[in-house]
Amino acid sequence: MSIYLPIAELSVNIFVILGMGAAVGFLSGMFGVGGGFLITPLLIFYNIPPVVAVATGANQVVASSVSGALSHFRRGTLDVKLGTVLLIGGLVGATVGIWIFSLLRSLGQLDLFISLLYVVFLGTVGGLMLLESLNAMRRTRRNETVTLKKPGQHSWVHRLPLKMRFKKSKIYLSVIPIIALGFAIGILTSVMGVGGGFIMVPAMIYLLRIPTNVVVGTSLFQIIFVTAYTTVVQATTNYSVDIVLAFILMVAGVVGAQYGVRVGQKLRGEQLRALLGLLVLAVGLRLAVALVVTPSDLFSIAIGGVGN
Amino acid sequence: MLRLPAIALAALLFAFPAMAQMPALGETVDSKERLQIGMSTSEIAITSDFHGADLTIFGTVDYADELLMAIGQYDIVVALEGPKDNTTVRKKERLFGIWVNRRAMTFEMVPESYSISSTRAVDTIAVEQELNERGVGLNHIPLRAVGFVGNAANLGEFRDAYRRLKQTHGLYERDPSGVRFVSPTLFRATLRLPANIPNGVHTVRAFLFKSGVFVGEQQLPLRVVKTGIEQAITDAARETPFAYGLFAVLMAIITGWSASILFRKD
Repeated sequence: MSIYLPIAELSVNIFVILGMGAAVGFLSGMFGVGGGFLITPLLIFYNIPPVVAVATGANQVVASSVSGALSHFRRGTLDVKLGTVLLIGGLVGATVGIWIFSLLRSLGQLDLFISLLYVVFLGTVGGLMLLESLNAMRRTRRNETVTLKKPGQHSWVHRLPLKMRFKKSKIYLSVIPIIALGFAIGILTSVMGVGGGFIMVPAMIYLLRIPTNVVVGTSLFQIIFVTAYTTVVQATTNYSVDIVLAFILMVAGVVGAQYGVRVGQKLRGEQLRALLGLLVLAVGLRLAVALVVTPSDLFSIAIGGVGN
Repeated sequence: MLRLPAIALAALLFAFPAMAQMPALGETVDSKERLQIGMSTSEIAITSDFHGADLTIFGTVDYADELLMAIGQYDIVVALEGPKDNTTVRKKERLFGIWVNRRAMTFEMVPESYSISSTRAVDTIAVEQELNERGVGLNHIPLRAVGFVGNAANLGEFRDAYRRLKQTHGLYERDPSGVRFVSPTLFRATLRLPANIPNGVHTVRAFLFKSGVFVGEQQLPLRVVKTGIEQAITDAARETPFAYGLFAVLMAIITGWSASILFRKD
């Protein structure tokens, strides 16, 4: 059954989109990630214009992070104060990101830039996850105990001024690195259509030494607002949010996520991370190949433009 | 002896009207023929399941020379030109191993869609110069590059790419046998409307050629209006983007929130 996407301006098979949403939702539930970084490349593979894929991806992430953040809020693993500071940086970052997005679009370099960013981020994150999980598997085979750096250890981050106390997270930390992190993630949200959890969570744990239990909930809290803001701004500046596409994706996604969570609880952590690492690498590789292979047509046309 | 020049003069006088019917190239003759066209509607509404259609236009050639008509010296060309806008053509080149849009050219106010039908292939109807001047035919639509500087070979490459891509997308079409005379003076033109026809005011342009010479042109506006839920969404996204964005966010929040209630374990 085909359905016409009014903003993407093409007909797609509704079951392919449902399947995509459910599969990514399943994976996001299983691995505890937002899934935006998988949805956007998949949509691009399915010939959805990257402009629409990014803006719609951001809209879809709103739905998946709302349901995630609510369950964390009920469990009390959400630091609203920390999330708000992150959010300030995030909103500024998203605004800058939209500006970059529109500029690149007018220069005709947007598609390339999105692909390059995805190749770099997916390649790095996927590679690191795979390495880390393989090491962990090797250690468990030798029955070694894992020695993580203790959260109490201090780095240069903890010597910065403008400190603030975050009661729920039980930390006393400068707002500068928090805002900077939020800012960087905000840019990624508007340019890549991701929530940015896959970068924010490790950064909060390893760089800012925020206790692991509040990290996921707090990052989801900030992701809701930054992706919501990005959706509205993308809609007003680039007219590229496709609500038909977004709705199919989010319905399939939230259902898929519930089953993913159940399966995820049965699998071993390091195996899970190795699988996700492989998947992320594969998506990155597929995008990299598309950049290198000679395109079937070197020319492309776009309505608009004022010339050089 | 004096009668001979008189006969010659008479012959010359008779010869003149015949010569006047064979004018030089590129010249517009003040012909007596009149071209008239008509459509049953000036607006077409397209629903979301539109997969393309045919538009029929009827027309007459009044005061046509019966003899010339009988030997097929009259040619009709009917074109449907879509709304005009600037269009940018980009070309990818390999840079450090990856394909990057390196060169671009913007063409000024070109029709977004173009469908042309004629009594025979446009290029055999009149000379190139005439067709270029009137902008009749896929290869003769004026493609002026905005602020163009560079060599002519480059321009040709981009123009060819533009026409090729437009035809690949189905937006530019031609039918060299789409116009037929149904009676000595009445003709019927069939124009193909592509599935992805753009919204807006299109122009039907009909041209009459006599023995390869342009005689007259008639124009009629045709408004293409898309209807249905998909169009309502597109309109909302374009006209009230802020409300549309807020609605998209609200929809996401409700979806996420209901999922968390539905699948709540406790």
